[in-house]
Amino acid sequence: MTETPIFDEMWGNDGQLRAPYARFQTWLDSEDPKRLRAKQREADDLFRLSGITFNVYGRSEAEERLIPFDIIPRIISATEWQRLSRGIEQRVRAINAFLFDIYNGQEIIKAGRIPRAMIAQNEAFLPHMLGLRPPGGVYTHIVGIDLVRTGPDQFYVLEDNARTPSGVSYMLENRETMLQMFPELFSRNAVQPVQTYPMDLLHSLAACAPESTRSQPTVAVLTPGIYNSAYFEHAFLADQMGVELVEGHDLQVVDGRVAMRTTAGYKPIDVLYRRVDDDFLDPLNFNPDSQLGVPGIMDVYRAGGITIANAPGTGIADDKAIYSYMPEIVEFYTGERPLLENVPTWRCSEPQALAYVLEHLDQLVVKEVHGSGGYGMLIGPAASRKELAAFRAKLKARPANYIAQPTLCLSTVPIFARSGLAPRHVDLRPFVLVSPAGIKITPGGLTRVALKKGSLVVNSSQGGGTKDTWVLED
Amino acid sequence: MLGKTANGLFWMYRYLERAENTSRLIETGQRIALTRLGASDEQWRSVLQTAACAQGYDAQHEAVTKDAAIDWMLRAGDNPSSVLNMVGAARQNARMVRTALTHEVWEAMNGTYMRLRAMLARKVAERDLPAVLGEIRQGAALVRGTTHGTMLRNDIYNFARLGTFLERADNTARILDVKYYVLLPSLMHVGSSIDNVQWETILRSVSARGGFRMEYGPDAGPRDIAKFLVLDRRMPRSLAFCTRKLRENLGYLGTSHGARLPSHGMVNHIETTYLSHGIEAVFDYGLHEFIQKQLALLAELGRQIEIDYRFFE
Repeated sequence: MTETPIFDEMWGNDGQLRAPYARFQTWLDSEDPKRLRAKQREADDLFRLSGITFNVYGRSEAEERLIPFDIIPRIISATEWQRLSRGIEQRVRAINAFLFDIYNGQEIIKAGRIPRAMIAQNEAFLPHMLGLRPPGGVYTHIVGIDLVRTGPDQFYVLEDNARTPSGVSYMLENRETMLQMFPELFSRNAVQPVQTYPMDLLHSLAACAPESTRSQPTVAVLTPGIYNSAYFEHAFLADQMGVELVEGHDLQVVDGRVAMRTTAGYKPIDVLYRRVDDDFLDPLNFNPDSQLGVPGIMDVYRAGGITIANAPGTGIADDKAIYSYMPEIVEFYTGERPLLENVPTWRCSEPQALAYVLEHLDQLVVKEVHGSGGYGMLIGPAASRKELAAFRAKLKARPANYIAQPTLCLSTVPIFARSGLAPRHVDLRPFVLVSPAGIKITPGGLTRVALKKGSLVVNSSQGGGTKDTWVLED
Repeated sequence: MLGKTANGLFWMYRYLERAENTSRLIETGQRIALTRLGASDEQWRSVLQTAACAQGYDAQHEAVTKDAAIDWMLRAGDNPSSVLNMVGAARQNARMVRTALTHEVWEAMNGTYMRLRAMLARKVAERDLPAVLGEIRQGAALVRGTTHGTMLRNDIYNFARLGTFLERADNTARILDVKYYVLLPSLMHVGSSIDNVQWETILRSVSARGGFRMEYGPDAGPRDIAKFLVLDRRMPRSLAFCTRKLRENLGYLGTSHGARLPSHGMVNHIETTYLSHGIEAVFDYGLHEFIQKQLALLAELGRQIEIDYRFFE
């Protein structure tokens, strides 16, 4: 494999300071590293005090961990962002149209653009949703599009998150922390605000209320509970929107509506922003052992009595096997060429692709079709011979369970390391809101950074951290 | 608001109040131990009893010693009423009802928990005890203060207050329950030094020694102490004060919900039947019997509030 130069977003390929970082660099030069080190510690204390922690599954309650926060912001220019957001909007429109089609008519299959088996035999496909048209025709009210960068103008979509994308609370709290610690930076740089997100979310959800809703819609956030790894975010969003945070046992179907138990009796909910997976949503319709959901909610949903955001069954759009068809999907529904590129993907279910993947395993990244969180994947160039052999056997046994992609040379952004600034690989998850009123993208998003030198894994469960992400005004 | 949220608020403030009261009991015990010659470890038994920790303690210990008693009340994982467990439970409830709290209240609660968890990670050395006990009370005061200063006066606030005053009334009643015999007028050696220690213990346990002396004068006796703790509406830890607060907060809830519920009748009954007469009536009833009755009524009131406001189903 030839050595490709790593693109650093601050210093480019050639060590020349890139324009968006100009003012930041001037400030940084005048800063005493000691003060910055103290600020880095202060940031950790702020996060701990606000309780911005995540629980680690299978550990005791005491094990609430911080996602490490790095104080060096990632800076994106207005022009770069405009280009990106056009591409994101196009992709999200296509995803929503695709979901509508898959559950109503399946024109894309009839047109031969996606094999029927890809849908029918997919675990993420939810037959319960067939023929169902959610209020406003919106399936994915909240979407996260994971982007990576390999050069000044080269972005790829790594993954679409159309189920219940998380991380938006970190985007907001990272900015709050930076504002509190470095107010002077924001006086010198015109940074586009992100703080409108919670109200945008509330408006967006309210605009998707069932048609029968007469007064101001009642919105609530459904959480699996205090022990869920993202509980902080659920509470944070409910708090910021000023709506109730409910659990399954607070809810009951009363007179054909989903209602929450208040101190004064049951009150119906119009829009439920659920952070509970499809499978656990309704023990009567899905997993009968679920304690997290609401028995009968799907029947109310089918009858148009409630909006569930995101709609059940949206997983079919962010499945990794479907991902490889995304260029076709975008073209099919928008009639345009995709503005954002997909990472070239080999579907191991196809014999030719499988042969190629087995041949080049040490150069590829192999992922499970339904996996997430960076678990169950192989990074070829970093794997030992033994690991490669073991994965080869897994691939041969269940080829359809895997896709493979070339190892991308992800861009880096400096972090504030013990020895000073040091480049680390990053990705970006912008957050997108969809309603009949339109698509709204918060400028920036969540930047995740692999804190370990050379590492490409940015997942918080595996040693990743986060950064504040700035989109500059023109 | 959600029934679950009302429940979380109610218990968050109950646990916090209990942690604070326990720290006050320990401080009193420690002070007596240090300043009174001949004070024995046995006095810690009554401290354990007042903190409702004696049974669990006995199950795990051969004898009562000062060190073991303090450790049990402060940080024993096996003691559900240890300060560390209480503060952890208060914070857990705060996490559950986080959307109902202001940012300041949450940070005060979380910060208190983090500091105490660090301070109580290992056995507390005697020289560090004052700082730890101070932290507990300051932490609780900080949460109560931010609650007072930043929370809207709505249902959320009322449930927080109900938890605070129900627990406080319960605690004052337990102090009296354990020490009632030193307040009985029939006792022969009234004014003896033993009694003075006991009286001081009672007054210190409710942080009211100075206030009591100021209001009741230097010659005040056991009957006055009983009156002070049971009936004095100026005293923020007395049964009458706490019960009036409970009635008021239930009243606000009644107005906002537009419904009078059984708990409202119950609190009126406690107030008019038991707390609106002179202290003679209390002694006529029998001080011990009276306190037992109050403890039972408070427990019943707590259960009725849970039912009336749908904490569970």
